[in-house]
Amino acid sequence: MSRRLCARRTEGVDKNIWVEFTKLAADYNAVNLGQGFPDFPPPKFVQDAFCEALRGGPMMHQYTRAFGHPRLVETLSRFFSRIVGHEIDPLEEILVTVGAYQALFSAFQALVDEGDEVIIVEPFFDCYQPMVRMAGGKAVYVPLRPKAAGGGAVLSSGDWVLNPEELRSKITPRTKAIVINTPNNPLGKVYKIEELQMIADLCIKHDMLCVSDEVYEWLTYDGAKHVKIASLPGMRERTITVGSAGKTFSATGWKVGWAMGSGKLIKRLKAMHQMSVFDCATAAQEAVAQGFEREYEVFGTPESYFLQLPAMLYHKRNKLAACLQSVGLQPIVPEGGYFIIADISSIKVDSRDLSTEDEPYDFKFVKWLIKEKGLATIPVSAFYSPGHSKEFDKYIRFCFVKEDSTLDAAEDILRNFIQ
Amino acid sequence: MNTARLVLNCTKFACYPANINCRRRLCTSQYMMSRHSHTKRIAGLDKNVWVAFTSVAADPSIVNLGQGFPDIPPPSYVKEALAKAASVDRMNQYTRGFGHPSLVKALSQVYGKVCERQIDPFKEILVTVGGYGSLFSTMQALVEEGDEVIIIEPFFDCYVPMVRMAGAKPVLIPLRLKPGKKQTITSADWYLDPDELSSKFNSRTKAIIINTPNNPIGKVFTREELQMIADLCIKHDTLCFSDEVYEWLVYRGHQHIKIATLPGMWDRTITIGSAGKTFSVTGWKLGWSVGPEHLIKHLQTVMQNTLYTCPTPLQEAVAQGLLLNLKMIDQPECYFSSLAEELEGKRDRMAAILQEAGMTPVIPEGGYFMLVDVTSLNQDLSHMDDDDAYDYKFVKWMIKEKKLAAIPVTAFVGDESKKQFEKYIRLCFIKQDSTLDAAEEILKNWSKI
Repeated sequence: MSRRLCARRTEGVDKNIWVEFTKLAADYNAVNLGQGFPDFPPPKFVQDAFCEALRGGPMMHQYTRAFGHPRLVETLSRFFSRIVGHEIDPLEEILVTVGAYQALFSAFQALVDEGDEVIIVEPFFDCYQPMVRMAGGKAVYVPLRPKAAGGGAVLSSGDWVLNPEELRSKITPRTKAIVINTPNNPLGKVYKIEELQMIADLCIKHDMLCVSDEVYEWLTYDGAKHVKIASLPGMRERTITVGSAGKTFSATGWKVGWAMGSGKLIKRLKAMHQMSVFDCATAAQEAVAQGFEREYEVFGTPESYFLQLPAMLYHKRNKLAACLQSVGLQPIVPEGGYFIIADISSIKVDSRDLSTEDEPYDFKFVKWLIKEKGLATIPVSAFYSPGHSKEFDKYIRFCFVKEDSTLDAAEDILRNFIQ
Repeated sequence: MNTARLVLNCTKFACYPANINCRRRLCTSQYMMSRHSHTKRIAGLDKNVWVAFTSVAADPSIVNLGQGFPDIPPPSYVKEALAKAASVDRMNQYTRGFGHPSLVKALSQVYGKVCERQIDPFKEILVTVGGYGSLFSTMQALVEEGDEVIIIEPFFDCYVPMVRMAGAKPVLIPLRLKPGKKQTITSADWYLDPDELSSKFNSRTKAIIINTPNNPIGKVFTREELQMIADLCIKHDTLCFSDEVYEWLVYRGHQHIKIATLPGMWDRTITIGSAGKTFSVTGWKLGWSVGPEHLIKHLQTVMQNTLYTCPTPLQEAVAQGLLLNLKMIDQPECYFSSLAEELEGKRDRMAAILQEAGMTPVIPEGGYFMLVDVTSLNQDLSHMDDDDAYDYKFVKWMIKEKKLAAIPVTAFVGDESKKQFEKYIRLCFIKQDSTLDAAEEILKNWSKI
C-alpha cells in the first residue's frame, strides 16, 4: 500500500517497556523481579470464588451488564461506601473495566481533549504519558524530589516530596487534570493527607480534575495510612479514583479494575467504555464480587487479606532492602506498594559489556543484568519524562511481591557478582 | 547520592506570574460542568441500543430473543478447561500483552489451516477483549480524521460510532432486496449493487467494513461478491476490515469465504474473530485480529496503550478448546460444525413459527439472527412516541404487550435507509428449546387479545 497506514494517534506511543523487558526476562529465563505481579497464588478464597463462578450456571458465561456486573458493582459500592463514609451509587458512580489500565484509558479518553494539559507527577507509572498523548493532550511533568537527606541516613519514599510552588507553576489555563498515584509506583511513596490537601486546594482553585490511581491502596507499611483524595472536601465531584482487583487479590491475570467518581464524570467514562470494549468478562467479575463480600465481613480483623497481604509483604520488603543495602546498592525504602528502587551508581560494569544503543544507562544496565546475571528488574528512567530520564538513569526497580525462594535466588545473584 | 543532588538542582520549571492562574470565576458545579464537558470524541456517542433494550428485556417474565447471546450452555470441555487453567498459579497473573502464547499459537494453527497459509502467531495475531475490542483496536490503529470508511447496511451498530470516534466519516451503502415476489425470502435475496458500491469509493476511502456472516440479516457473502469488493479495494488501495465472528455458523448449502484469502487481499485485510461466538461464551469477552504484520503491529500499539493484556485463564481455556476442535475439524463432533447443525434446526423452527403467526421471516444463510418483516401484521402504533421509527415502537409495544423481546433493525442502519428497514425486527434464535417454546406460545396466540 502506498498510502499512509497507521493513524497519527499511534505515533510516538509504540515503544513499551513491558513488552520489551518481559520478553527479555522470558527469553533469558531470568529470576524475575521486573514486572509487578506476584509469583505466588491468589488467596484460596478468591480462587474458590472463581471456580464457583464457573459452576454458576449458563449466564456466568454470557454477557453481563456493560458498566459492571450487578453483583460486583453492588459489593464495591457497599465496601467502599463504608470506607469513604458516604453512599457510592453502584450504577451511576462505578464503572468496571478490564483492569485499572482500561479505567485509566477510559478516563483520559473521556476527559482529555486535544490541547488539554495534564500534570503528571514523576516518577510515574509509564502508561500515563502515552495515554495522555493518545488523547491529544500534553503531559506536563512535576518531579517528586528528596528532601535534603541527612548524611548516611537510609532514604525512605516519604522523603520524596512535591514542591508546592513548583506544582503551582505548572498550572496554566489549559490544565485539565492532574494524575496522582498513591501508593506510588515505582517509588512507593504514600502521600500524606497534608500533601493531598495541597494538591486538592490547587484542583479546586484552578478547577482541575484529578485522576487518582490507587491500585496499591491496601499495601502500606510502617504505619503509613492510605488517604483517598476524593474524600477531601470539594474533591468528590472532580476526582476519578482507579482501583484494581488484580493488585487487591494478587490475581493480576484476571484483569478486573474499576473507576469510581461522581455520576457526571463516570457517565463520560461509560460512553468511552461502550465504544471500546463494551463490557468485561462475567465470571471474573463474579469472583471478585465474592472476594469483596468476604472481605467486607472480615474487614479490620486478622482474617482480612487486606491486612495479611501487607503484613506478608512488609517482611519481604525488609528482606530485599537489607540485601540491597548489604551489597552496596542504595535502596529507597517504600512506605507502600510492590516495589523498591535502588541506586546502582556504585556498581562498576565494564562499558564494553553494555549495549551501544542510544538509551539511558539504567536501560543498558538492566539488559546486562538480565542477559549476563539472569536477574530481571526494570529501569527507573522509564518512569520519567523524556526530558528528565537522563537525570534519573542510575536507579533500577525491584518487585518484592515474590515467593521467598525467588527473593533468595535474587539475593544469591546479587551477592555473587557484587562482592 | 549523586542522583539525589541532581534532582535537587533541577531547575527545569518556569515560573508563571501568579495572576495568569487566577480565575475570577466562581467554582460552582455549573461552571465546572461547562469547563469539564465531555471530550469531542465521545460527543453524541452515548446512545446505545443495547443499553436501552437490555435492561428492559432483563425482566424474567419476558421471553428474550433480543441481544445476541446463547441461553444454551457452552460445551463442557471449555468450562472445564477454564476451571483447570484457573487452578494453575501462573495462570492467575499477567500473560503476554498481545496474546497468551498458547492461544496465539492455537489461533495460528486453526487459521493457518483454514487460510492455507503460515500465520505468525506473534506478529500476525492480536488477542483482544471480544470481537468488539478487535474492531476498536483496528479503528484506533488505522483510521483517523480525513478518512472515509464504507459500511454496508444493515451493520452491527458499533461500526458507525467507532468510525466517528476515530474522527473519520462513515459512508453507508445498503444491501437491497432483489425485486420480485417470492414465497420464502432468504438472506441471499439481499445484495450489494456493484455500481452503487463502486460509486462510494474515492481517494479518501481508507477502508471498507464487511461482516460475513452478517448481523442482523444473516447473509453469507459469496466468493463472487467478495471478489467484487476485493477488486475495488485493490483498485482504490483501501483496507478491508472483515468481521467474521459468526464464521462457523454457516448453514447447509453455504460456505464461509475469508476475503483475506482472495488474491491481493491478505496484505490489506484485518480479519476479526470471537471466542464468545465460536464457543458460545460471550461473557468471556475474548476475540482476535488476524492480518499482516505491517497492519497488526499498529493494532498492537493501540493494545499496549489501552488495556495492555487480556485475562490469562480465559485465554488458556480458549486455546485448549481450539486445539481440541482442530483435531476433529472435519468430523461431526467438531463444535465448529455441530453448533451450526444444532442452530439450523432452531432456525427452521423459528422461521416456521413466525410464518404461522403471519409474519415474513428472512431465512438467514448464517449467524444466529433472523430478520422478520412485520408489515403484514398491520399493527397500529399511532398511540406511541412519534420520534421513534416504526420498528422501535413495534419492539417496545411487543415487549410490553406480548412479553417478547427483539431488537429493532433501524438500530443497524443510517437515517437515509431507515424507511427501507423500519418494518423489520431482529430475533436471536441461539436459545434453548424452552425459550423457543415460550416464544412459540406467544406467537401462536398473537391474534388473540
